[in-house]
Amino acid sequence: MSALGELSQLRRKRGKPSKEETKDNKAAYLFLVPWFIGLFGITIIPMGMSLYLSFTDYSLIQPGEWIGIDNYVRMFSDARLLNSLRVTFIYVLVGTPIQLMCALGVAILLDKGLKGVGFYRSVFYLPSLLGASVAVAILWRQLFGSVGLVNQVLALFNIEGLGWISNPDTALGTIILLHVWTFGAPMIIFLAGLRQIPVMYYEAAQVDGANAWTRFRSITLPMLSPIIFFNFVLGIIGSFQSFTQAFVVSGGTGGPADSTMFFTLYLYQQGFTRFDMGYASAMGWLLLLIIGIFTAINFIASKFWVFYDD
Amino acid sequence: MTIKATPTKTTASETRALRGQNWVDPNAGGPKPRSYASHLRRQRATSIIKHAFLIASSLFLLYPLLWMLVSSLRPTDEIFREPGILLRTFEISNYIEGWTALQDDFSLYLWNSTVIVVLAIVGTLISCSMAAYAFARLKFRFKGLWFAIMLMTIMLPFHVVIVPQYILFNQLDWINTPLPLIIPKFLATDAFFVFLMVQFIRGLPRELDEAARLDGAGHLRIYLQIMLPLMTPALATTAIFTFVWTWSDFFGALLYLNSPDTWTVPLALRNFMDSQGKSSFGPLFAMSIVSLIPVFLAFIFGQRFLIKGIATTGIK
Repeated sequence: MSALGELSQLRRKRGKPSKEETKDNKAAYLFLVPWFIGLFGITIIPMGMSLYLSFTDYSLIQPGEWIGIDNYVRMFSDARLLNSLRVTFIYVLVGTPIQLMCALGVAILLDKGLKGVGFYRSVFYLPSLLGASVAVAILWRQLFGSVGLVNQVLALFNIEGLGWISNPDTALGTIILLHVWTFGAPMIIFLAGLRQIPVMYYEAAQVDGANAWTRFRSITLPMLSPIIFFNFVLGIIGSFQSFTQAFVVSGGTGGPADSTMFFTLYLYQQGFTRFDMGYASAMGWLLLLIIGIFTAINFIASKFWVFYDD
Repeated sequence: MTIKATPTKTTASETRALRGQNWVDPNAGGPKPRSYASHLRRQRATSIIKHAFLIASSLFLLYPLLWMLVSSLRPTDEIFREPGILLRTFEISNYIEGWTALQDDFSLYLWNSTVIVVLAIVGTLISCSMAAYAFARLKFRFKGLWFAIMLMTIMLPFHVVIVPQYILFNQLDWINTPLPLIIPKFLATDAFFVFLMVQFIRGLPRELDEAARLDGAGHLRIYLQIMLPLMTPALATTAIFTFVWTWSDFFGALLYLNSPDTWTVPLALRNFMDSQGKSSFGPLFAMSIVSLIPVFLAFIFGQRFLIKGIATTGIK
């Protein structure tokens, strides 16, 4: 079904390649030439370079010198970096589950043969398509500004709002909200998954007198758990890499008081405004490591809650 | 006082009727259970509540966008006073002012974005479909290994390679040109689409290309004359997603396009926002709307492909 599923099901084959396997060798490698150039030139070799650079103090202006693990040690005493990790973890671990719950909730509402499903599906999906744009981030800046739309509406109810974006306690919340607003894409994946659940399960449960909640808990959730897992893993991987919204909403600073300083934003500042590229490379590897660990934990934990019906 | 339930034997259909749920076959012979009418009533009530809830949440979700559209046609000071979306005056001046607010006209940024987007689509379609054909239909050594690597690159955070990529493009003297945003697309770096197309090709009947092969067609001909035409839906999905993503891409542009005459639309918007204070929210909104129109059009005309693409492969 998914790249993820496919990857986890690949098995290593042993032994010599059969004649069949080598039949199209030449043609296949010719078709793959562009991809190979990209793979090595833009991904694998740069990965090696960045690993090397992470052990140097390279900057664009001067060639780097080997400084061993200094960059990695430095990260642990860099208060701003540790803070950026905290901000990113909050964003990922709060934003992703809330987004997925909205996606699942609406998908379930839409599933049961409701009229106008296509219309609602499109409406809910639109924010996902626009959410990554600078235009929407600009809109967000206005919405949650001290004289923004949100406070105008609150004023109608005689509630005095605050400068949501200029306040360090709420700024991150507005970006999490923007993330939740884009729940349409996982919702569509959930809808497709819901369609796969055989209707007879529900019919049987109804005959047995199961109420809506029980049907949801005992049929929908377990049957949908592979899709929930898939959305969750991809959601986590994706939101660790969020950048544009925090950058634009905070005017490129990660402020106020570093409260929206995402890890990626700090990496950008270190690497491309201070040109501390050795350090930025080390940060890139830390991000890869963190995402790898989270994905591994997810896969291990999935053994206890993901149900495969076959 | 408690009432004890007296267990009596009831048939399954009676049970269902008593609970007023799961009405199965209203046209079947025999007496209709009493609860049929109430069942219908209840179903209609739930359906109305559902629709009310869904319409309310749709409005709630889209309201900010509608409000931005309306506000872009209002004088700026009104933007900070008027939470409604009723338009009393129709100010086109925001658009005129925004269009010329930066060093160059907005048309230049639209042009810059268009060039990158068009070439990115062409590059992605060619390179990804070639790789996908090989992975889906050809047998070759280490296929499993390469396929696994391809899948892994989909999930690789690009932050781990941006520094060396920047150094590479800097040495090629590509900074301040759109090349770093275009050339990688010709190298199938959006591996996601390779996967999407592989999935699609696997669903096509093998007999078609095997027959062509027996007739002596080479791989190039099978790819060009059989696969590509059949792959149209997958190619459309890829084109639309590439369009939307490249059009909105901010990080790449931020890294590589520093001089104002190379800016893409998102970069121009961001600099517009930075250079002006609150006073110019009207023009800023106007240009934001301009930047969203192409994405919106892609959504209107391509949503069939977008939704299919997400549902079958799980793209964001």
